[in-house]
Amino acid sequence: MSHASEPRVDAHTGTPTTGHEWDGIAELNTPLPRWWLWTFYATIVWSIGYWVVYPAWPLATTHTNGLFGWNSRAAIVDELNELKTIRGAAGAKLEKASLAEIKGDAQMLSFARAQGAAAFATNCAPCHGAGAQGAKGYPNLNDDEWIWGGTPEAISQTITHGIRWDADKDSRAGAMPAFGKDGTLKADEIANVAGYVQSIGGVKVEGSPDLAKGKTIYAENCAACHGDDGKGNMELGSPSLVDKIWLYGSDKATIVNRIQNGGGGVMPSWGGRLDPVTIKSLTVYVHSLGGGK
Amino acid sequence: MAQAIQSGKSLRFGELSLMVVFAALAVFSAFVATKAYTPEYAFHAILFAIGSAAAVFGIMKRYGVRAAVVEQTIDGKPNYNYGPIKFTAVAAMIWGLAGFLVGLIAALQLAYPALNFDLPWISFGRLRPLHTSAVIFAFGGNVLLATSLYVVQRTSRARLAGDLSPWYVALGYNFFIVIAGTGYLLGITRSHEYAEPEWYAILFLVTVWVTYLLVMLGTLWKRSEPHIYVANWFYLSMIVTIAVLVLGNNTEVPVSIFSSKSYPVWSGVQDAMIQWWYGHNAVGFFLTAGFLGIMYYFVPKRAERPVYSYRLSIVHFWALIFLYIWAGPHHLHYTALPDWAQTLGMTFSVILWMPSWGGMINGLMTLSGAWDKLRTDPVLRMLVVSVAFYGMSTFEGPMMAVKAVNALSHYTDWTIGHVHSGALGWVGFVSFGALYCLIPWVFNRKGLYSLKLVDWHFWVGTIGIVFYISSMWVAGIMQGLMWRSYTALGFLEYSFVETVDAMHPMYVIRALGGGLFVVGACIMAYNIYMTIRSPESEAVPSGRPSLAPAE
Repeated sequence: MSHASEPRVDAHTGTPTTGHEWDGIAELNTPLPRWWLWTFYATIVWSIGYWVVYPAWPLATTHTNGLFGWNSRAAIVDELNELKTIRGAAGAKLEKASLAEIKGDAQMLSFARAQGAAAFATNCAPCHGAGAQGAKGYPNLNDDEWIWGGTPEAISQTITHGIRWDADKDSRAGAMPAFGKDGTLKADEIANVAGYVQSIGGVKVEGSPDLAKGKTIYAENCAACHGDDGKGNMELGSPSLVDKIWLYGSDKATIVNRIQNGGGGVMPSWGGRLDPVTIKSLTVYVHSLGGGK
Repeated sequence: MAQAIQSGKSLRFGELSLMVVFAALAVFSAFVATKAYTPEYAFHAILFAIGSAAAVFGIMKRYGVRAAVVEQTIDGKPNYNYGPIKFTAVAAMIWGLAGFLVGLIAALQLAYPALNFDLPWISFGRLRPLHTSAVIFAFGGNVLLATSLYVVQRTSRARLAGDLSPWYVALGYNFFIVIAGTGYLLGITRSHEYAEPEWYAILFLVTVWVTYLLVMLGTLWKRSEPHIYVANWFYLSMIVTIAVLVLGNNTEVPVSIFSSKSYPVWSGVQDAMIQWWYGHNAVGFFLTAGFLGIMYYFVPKRAERPVYSYRLSIVHFWALIFLYIWAGPHHLHYTALPDWAQTLGMTFSVILWMPSWGGMINGLMTLSGAWDKLRTDPVLRMLVVSVAFYGMSTFEGPMMAVKAVNALSHYTDWTIGHVHSGALGWVGFVSFGALYCLIPWVFNRKGLYSLKLVDWHFWVGTIGIVFYISSMWVAGIMQGLMWRSYTALGFLEYSFVETVDAMHPMYVIRALGGGLFVVGACIMAYNIYMTIRSPESEAVPSGRPSLAPAE
């Protein structure tokens, strides 16, 4: 099977071969398809045109700028301005309005809610849920229990500075002590007070704790923050224990765990990440979810 | 093997020096293992020590049974060296199955996150690079090794250059795969896409790759044909460019010889630019040029037709390799990369369209006069459909590189769909077709165990690909549209998590398509296994009778 040295004509196509052959493979001497070549040229011509119009070729210290000086930084500014136009008068008004003014203006109110809903879905939903329904350790924002306050001002404060967020010195601080871990309460005392919490909370008391002892322990250790009646204290971020809303759960194991280890959830401060208008709108949105004070 | 023990046989210089090098590497690796900062790195050092010791032992054992002189020809015909080809062809099949399966698991994890089982080793983050590397470098790489080492011999009518070196390439490359793959699972990674292996794995790979280049060049050097066949140009461009790319993208400083960790010299947008110069051309030269080499040999061979256009093969080859290298920045549209670099990346991608299609035209038009064979030969059908997928994805690529399109497609699953129409349709099918041809040839079998099973593989695989890419188009375009969707008041209509939720059904369909592709590969593995188990053909061993048309 030596290679052929003379071109031969392929019977099917009538095209001559190049005369070379490798392991039985020959090549036809077909010219370049015209449409292929012209399309190739067309893409080159189009590209040259594009280089003339847009920034394209690097030079020693700069680059060609293109005919109209287009650049992506200016383009994004244009797009943001366009957005401002779409948002229109209501958007502009919202920028300067106080929370109270927004409340009194139906158009601004619905506009702020729309902005807040969009911002909430992107920034808040990962923890609080797409419907703000919350999850274990992440409060439901639709109900009327507020841990740190449900007035627009309190909500705004929470969003701006976060909760137990060390990087923000204005963050809401203070956490439940770890009564068990720190040795303040012994295991049987924790069991009794957990039973007492279940009893005032309106859920079925698990096991057979000494509720009378539990009540005493509660009065001595818990009432200072959660109140004698268990209604909590929003100034301190101590939740009500009697409204049948449980951040972590109402079963004995969970309550014992909370008393044992204390602490509290963390929410980032959004003041540095979201602009003031967005925070304002988020406040209006969260406030309007159902339980705003 | 009968004539193995002969008098006058002596240890060659190459054997001796390789044994010394490996012995030294074994001792050094064992030393590194004792001082390693992490148990994961110590594990790799031990693997290196075991591998090196095994190499010394293997060379010695081989010396005992090998002939004194390697005959270049037997009865005037080249004494082709098929050993490393058999090894890499079988390795390709095994790695392919593993890689496809890991891909399927990753796809299922995306649809059902519970399948991560909260285990770090099999979490999506580690399986994903395992999948991409297994299919690209383990499966694809072994297919390239097997076919290139075969094609270069057959089209040069010369035995492979070197004696131990082809084996060093075959075994060394697969050892690199083991190091890379186990590294991902253990958490060793450079965190650069498709370039995850750490510095020591790369250093070893470079020695393998340079040897590969020398074996190819050496074989071409002693060829008995006056010209170099086009498939070899493509293979060579792949080998040379991949070497340059890997060295460029792995410019890094190890923390210590006792640590697996290294830090790249570039940072920020420069690092991103180098990474995608590498990443895009890994696609361009590894998965395109290399596999075009396969196409240029196996399609005309199987169709028993001359290549459509010699001129087109030259023009599109040089256009392709000149233009591809510029197109990388299109991976960084709308990022911190300067506008001018984005422009160049985009326009060169568009110019690349026709040079890419040159390969498709040459592949498809070679069938002219043999189209009827598609009805009867499922292997040829697989090869031809692969070229069609190649044409489709090399149109889609330039289109997605256009900034206006990219604004929608970037970061969405459309990209995943695009990659897989190229990976499953083009690279996968052309590899399957080539392996179906190659395995009976190098194992000297009459033919495949069952063409019927190839037919099944073809249809199950094709339907799988269609499910895969169409679901990802829908998912990607939907995702892109949802991301940019604004309400009448000028606010984002959907949050990210809503897009994830909306894509769930598409993710399930994608996993179904991937599952079908895996089923097809299992059918193939069985077919290949039965082919290798079947008795040897009685035909002359020094290669198949030529399928050439009458001369």
